[in-house]
Amino acid sequence: MDKPDVVVRLQGVRKAFNVGTGIETEVLHGIDLTLHRGDFCAVMGPSGSGKSTLLNIIGLLDRPTSGLLQMAGEETTQLADQALTRLRGHHIGFVFQYHHLISAFTALENVMMPMLGAAGFPNREMQERAEALLESVGLTPWKNNMANNMSGGQQQRVALARALAMNPALLLADEPTGNLDTKSADAVFALLRRINQEQGTTVLLVTHNPALGAQCDKTIQVVDGLIQT
Amino acid sequence: MFKPWLPFEWIVAIRFLREGRLQTVFILVGVAIGVGVIVFMSALLAGLQGNFIARVLSAQSHIQLLPSKEVTRTLHATTPKEVDAAIVQPPLQRLKSMDQWQSVLSTVRRMPDVVVASPVVGGSALAVRGSASRAISLTGVESDDYFLIVKLPDKMVRGASRLTGQDILIGMELASDLGLDVGDKLRVANAAGVATTLTVSGVFDLGNKGANQRSTFVALRTAQSVLDLLGGVTSIEVTVRDVYAAEVIAQRIQAVTGLEADSWIKTGAQFFAALSAQTTANTAIRFFVGLSVAFGIASVLVVSVVQKSREIGILRAMGISRGQVLRVFLLQGGLLGWGGAVLGCVVGAVGLVLWQHLALNADGTPLFPLVLDPVLFAMALGLATVTGLAAAYAPALRAARLNPVEAIHG
Repeated sequence: MDKPDVVVRLQGVRKAFNVGTGIETEVLHGIDLTLHRGDFCAVMGPSGSGKSTLLNIIGLLDRPTSGLLQMAGEETTQLADQALTRLRGHHIGFVFQYHHLISAFTALENVMMPMLGAAGFPNREMQERAEALLESVGLTPWKNNMANNMSGGQQQRVALARALAMNPALLLADEPTGNLDTKSADAVFALLRRINQEQGTTVLLVTHNPALGAQCDKTIQVVDGLIQT
Repeated sequence: MFKPWLPFEWIVAIRFLREGRLQTVFILVGVAIGVGVIVFMSALLAGLQGNFIARVLSAQSHIQLLPSKEVTRTLHATTPKEVDAAIVQPPLQRLKSMDQWQSVLSTVRRMPDVVVASPVVGGSALAVRGSASRAISLTGVESDDYFLIVKLPDKMVRGASRLTGQDILIGMELASDLGLDVGDKLRVANAAGVATTLTVSGVFDLGNKGANQRSTFVALRTAQSVLDLLGGVTSIEVTVRDVYAAEVIAQRIQAVTGLEADSWIKTGAQFFAALSAQTTANTAIRFFVGLSVAFGIASVLVVSVVQKSREIGILRAMGISRGQVLRVFLLQGGLLGWGGAVLGCVVGAVGLVLWQHLALNADGTPLFPLVLDPVLFAMALGLATVTGLAAAYAPALRAARLNPVEAIHG
C-alpha cells in the first residue's frame, strides 16, 4: 500500500559487523522507517548509537544484514553493486561532516562531477547547471577557486551544491554543520531548509545539535540501534 | 575548464596526476630513464650488429648453392655366394659443373625473398710470374650481378673493377708478392699445367691478409676455360632481403632445386651465435628494465590510491561506478608509461646523437653508423604504455574495490 510519494522505506533493517566471527556486533536491531517526499527529518542520538550506520544504509553505501530497503519504488537489498551505484547517483545526494570536495578540481568542477560521471563527457548544460547551483548557494565569485582554497563554510556549500547536481529526491546530511562556526552552520542549515521547501527534496539530517534538531519537522531518536519515538 | 572531448575518466586521471606533482614528476623521470636506456641500448646494438653483418656479408653471399656431393654406390650381393663390400671408400669430389644450372638460376631468381643470384666458377690455380708462383683461388663471375653481392668496386685500391675476357683482379698481398701492378701480365695455370695469360686490371683489399693473398677474380668465361669447365658453373651465390631469414630461405631453395644450399648462418655458425648471444643479453636487460619501470609505476599508484581513498569514496557515493574508478587508475598508469616513454625516447635519441659525435674512429668518422629507427621508438612507446596499464592493474583494482563507507570515514 505505497503512497506514490514514498521516497525510501526501511522494514526490519538489521546491521551487524564482523558477521560469522567471534566478535560479531549488531549495531541496528530492526529499524522501520518511511520517508516521504518533502520530509525534513533529523536523526539524533548519542555517539555509537548507529546513526551513521543507518545513514550509510539508507544512502546505499552499505547493505543491511537483513531487512528490506525500498528506494524509488525498487527493492534494493538484492541489487548488484552496479545498480546500487546508479540509484545512488540518480536519487541520493550526500553531504558529509568534512565537506570532502575533490581537491584536484575547482568549486565549479566539483559540482559538475556527478553529472560528468553519469554522462561520461562534459557538456555546456552541465556547466550551466553547476553555475546556477553555485549561484543558489551564493558562491558565484568563488566558482573557479580550487576546492582547498576556500573556507570551511564555503566548501560545505559547494558540497551541498554538488549533492543537488543530479536533482536527487533524497538528501542525506551527516552532521553537515558539525565542523563549522555558528554563522556558517546557520547559513548551511538555512540552505538545506530552502532546498527542502523550494524543490520538495526530502532531507535526512544526522546531528548532535538539539537546536538544529528542534528546527526540523520531525526528529528520530536512535538509541542502541533502535528508533525511539 | 573541462575539454568537451575528454571523457570523465581521462579528466579525473589527468587531474590526479597533475595534483601529484613531485610524485608524478619523479616517476616520469624514472620511466624516462628506463625507456631511454632501452632505446639507446637497442639502437646501439642494432647499429653494431648491422655493422658487423655488413662487414662480414659484403665479402660473401648470404646463401651458396653447390652441386650435391658425389656418393659411392655399392653393389649389393645378388646370390648367396656373394658378399657386400666390407670397406667402402668415399669418392673423390672432382671439380664439376652444376647440373642444369641455367634453369636453377632462373628458378632461384624468381623466388620472392631473393635479391640477387649470380653464377660462379671457382677452382684452384697457380699464378706464375717469372720464377715466382703462388697458389690462388680463381673465381669466375658475371660482374654485373656478382658485384652486387661482393662489393668489389668499393674495395679497389688501384685500377678498376673491370672484368673483360683477359682481365684479372688480384689482392694486395699477391700483387706485392709477385711484383704486379695494374696493366701487368700474369700467367695463370690450371692443375693440368695449361696456362693462360691475363692482364691485371685492378688490385683490391678485402681487409684480410689471407684473402688478399689467394683471392682472384676473372670473368665467368675466362674461369670456365682456365678450369676446363666450359659452359659450367660450380656454385650459385645468392643474396636475400632479410639476412636473418637466410637459413630458412636456403632450406626452401634446397627443397625446390635439390641442390645443397648453405646459408651464411650455417657456415658462420659461431659468428651468428655471438650475435644471438648479444641479442639475448639485450632482451634480458630490456625485460628487467621494463620490470623495474612497471614496479615503479605500480608503487606510485598504490600510494596514490591510499592518498586518494577518501576522494574515491566520495566519487563512489556520488554515483561513480567501480568500473569508472578502475579506469581512472588504469589510465594514470598508462599515461605515466606513455609520458615517461615520450621523455625516454627524447633522452635515448639525444644519447644516440651524442654517441655519434663523441665515439669516433681515429680518422674522425663515427665508430659505426647508427640509425634512429622510428619503429624502435614506436615500439618503446607502445610497450611502455602497455607496461604502465598492466602495472596499474593491481592498484586500480584495489581502488575500485574500496568500501566507500570505510574510505569516507577513514
